[in-house]
Amino acid sequence: MTYLLTQLANGLSYGLILGLIAVGFVIVFTSTGVLNFAHGSVLLAGAYLVAVLHDPIGFWAAAVVGIAGAALLAVLINAVLVRNLAEANPGTAAILMLGVDILLLTELTRRIGNRVLTIGSPWGADVFSFGGITLPMSRVIAAGLAIVVFALLWFLFARTGTGIAMRAAAADGDTASLMGIRLSRTGAAGWALAGALAAIAGIFLASFPAPGVAPTLAISAFAAIPAWVLGGFDSVVGAIVGGLIIGVVTALAVGYESELHFLGRGLGEVVPYAVMILVLLVRPSGLFGRKEAVRV
Amino acid sequence: MSDLLRRLPVALAVLVALGLPVVLDGFWLQTGLFAMAAVVGAIGLTLLVGIAGQLSLGHAFFAALGAYAYAWSVGEVGDRAAGAGLPPILGLVLAGVVAAVAGALFSPISGRLRGIYLGLATIGLVFLARHLMVNLEALTGGFNGRAVEPFSVPGFSFSNDDPDYLAIAGVEFGGLHRLWYLFLVVVLLAAWLGRNVKDSRTGRALANVRDSEAAAAAMGIHVARAKATAFVISSAYAGVAGALMALAYGRIAPDLFGLQLSIDFLVMIVLGGLGSIAGAAAGAAFVVMLPLVLTQYSSELPFLAAPGSGGLDGATLARLLYGAAIIAVLLFLRGGLAGAAGRLRHRRSPPPPDTSGLPPAPPPSAAPASAAVPEPSHPGVPTRSKETTS
Repeated sequence: MTYLLTQLANGLSYGLILGLIAVGFVIVFTSTGVLNFAHGSVLLAGAYLVAVLHDPIGFWAAAVVGIAGAALLAVLINAVLVRNLAEANPGTAAILMLGVDILLLTELTRRIGNRVLTIGSPWGADVFSFGGITLPMSRVIAAGLAIVVFALLWFLFARTGTGIAMRAAAADGDTASLMGIRLSRTGAAGWALAGALAAIAGIFLASFPAPGVAPTLAISAFAAIPAWVLGGFDSVVGAIVGGLIIGVVTALAVGYESELHFLGRGLGEVVPYAVMILVLLVRPSGLFGRKEAVRV
Repeated sequence: MSDLLRRLPVALAVLVALGLPVVLDGFWLQTGLFAMAAVVGAIGLTLLVGIAGQLSLGHAFFAALGAYAYAWSVGEVGDRAAGAGLPPILGLVLAGVVAAVAGALFSPISGRLRGIYLGLATIGLVFLARHLMVNLEALTGGFNGRAVEPFSVPGFSFSNDDPDYLAIAGVEFGGLHRLWYLFLVVVLLAAWLGRNVKDSRTGRALANVRDSEAAAAAMGIHVARAKATAFVISSAYAGVAGALMALAYGRIAPDLFGLQLSIDFLVMIVLGGLGSIAGAAAGAAFVVMLPLVLTQYSSELPFLAAPGSGGLDGATLARLLYGAAIIAVLLFLRGGLAGAAGRLRHRRSPPPPDTSGLPPAPPPSAAPASAAVPEPSHPGVPTRSKETTS
């Protein structure tokens, strides 16, 4: 029983981190219609900044720089590349992001090399115990922080002018722009937000129990894609719920792998995608996605 | 006449390809084999992405299916990894069929999702493929993969023996030379079939679905079936491409068929120009050859460091050039290489004779490239981005 609860808590905290990444995918997609394949590299860039800067300027300052740097990088990608596409449509934008991802990831891989950089967080390898459940401290902090971030996001989208402008732009760009909303600004805000969220997630994904910042960190952003798709492409709430589902399912698949050995080794890597395909078979627009209606 | 002129470059390219094995060394032959295998897969993907407007990142899954289907069906009975001992030509067909069937099984998803949504859903297939390849050890040889029997027809093997010595124009024709011609035949078949699909009733229906699903449905096209059909065709191409890859490598392992391969296929057709068969071929050749050539000749390029020294090595430079090429083409080259070639041809050809007595037509601008290349675009139909969604 305790084992099950531990796995569940583990999965939920991991799912909240995935949710941070998946929400970034949603915001970029709704604000500019781009499938951001470079999200993982932006995440890695943020974590890399924290890892190289925590020694000279301290962890908290480094974290601020890393988050701001990732946000800036995302905004630049949008302003310099996405907005200058020869043919602006979702397909070419997605492939452009693949190119950006290759460039960023190659350069970061070259800089990191074979090393695994530590993130230098104050919580280090501490563990947290409560009622027989043990969790890494980083996961507990990540879960708490993610909930705070999601609350702030709710406040942003429900209570502030900027957030409402972003929602209006996402719902109907043409009309929103006729109402005086500058789509370039809502787009930039969306990309900045996504970059910052990715960097936060990156810091925690590089903390204990993970060894540190390595190029493989960028691939972990891919694990958030099933969460995003599951939630339904354009729903922030859906992305968070999707993240939780994927997190729990992954944790259970890993935790009970010995009992599930008939499904093969390395089940944890494939289970998120299997869940995604199964859900899409039943609900092609995800759990929370709007069903697309076309007016002619 | 103009038709003949348009076909001239293709005929020349085929002639050059026929003669190349006489002059090329082993490295370039091997590179050419990889490129030709990729061309087949890229043609299949360009039919799906360029004509039908569906994005797929699952191409590596179907290539893997084809590769393992070929390796299994041709493999010796009772070997370490199971085999059926079928004739290789049957194995090649089976590779396409198995991949097509898998594509058809995916049709509940591929018929209902469109564009980038399908692209995301197909990512799952790649990870599924890896899991199956690693775990179905009896069929796939597990993580370390399995060897692939060379291709042969009765009395002639596309390997270094049987006949042991074969020479044309004083050059010994070993396995690589022989495979070159096999691959060339498959590539030509694939291109010919692909062009026919593109210009057929099915192809036009697919283009219509791409431009507007609502309009296509109003014209009586079964949209879901059309999208599923495109997916099945492209899967079959990927399967055959996978079998060719297996032949070119001689040994297949799960790492060959990762997400990177899917991305590579997508990049090939984007660089070449979506929907263009020749463009897909050119893109495939570029993507395959760039890293191989740069690594091979890295020691001769003075600004490159040795691998592992932390400096800029050949493989890293290839990746950087690769990413930069994608970005440059998407930002500056509308329609990829094929689009640019079309515009170039358009500019060079003399303006049509003025018969109406009206003032001479303005010089052809870059926009109506459809006059030179029959692009399947329908200017009268609004593109999907202009449709209102609610």
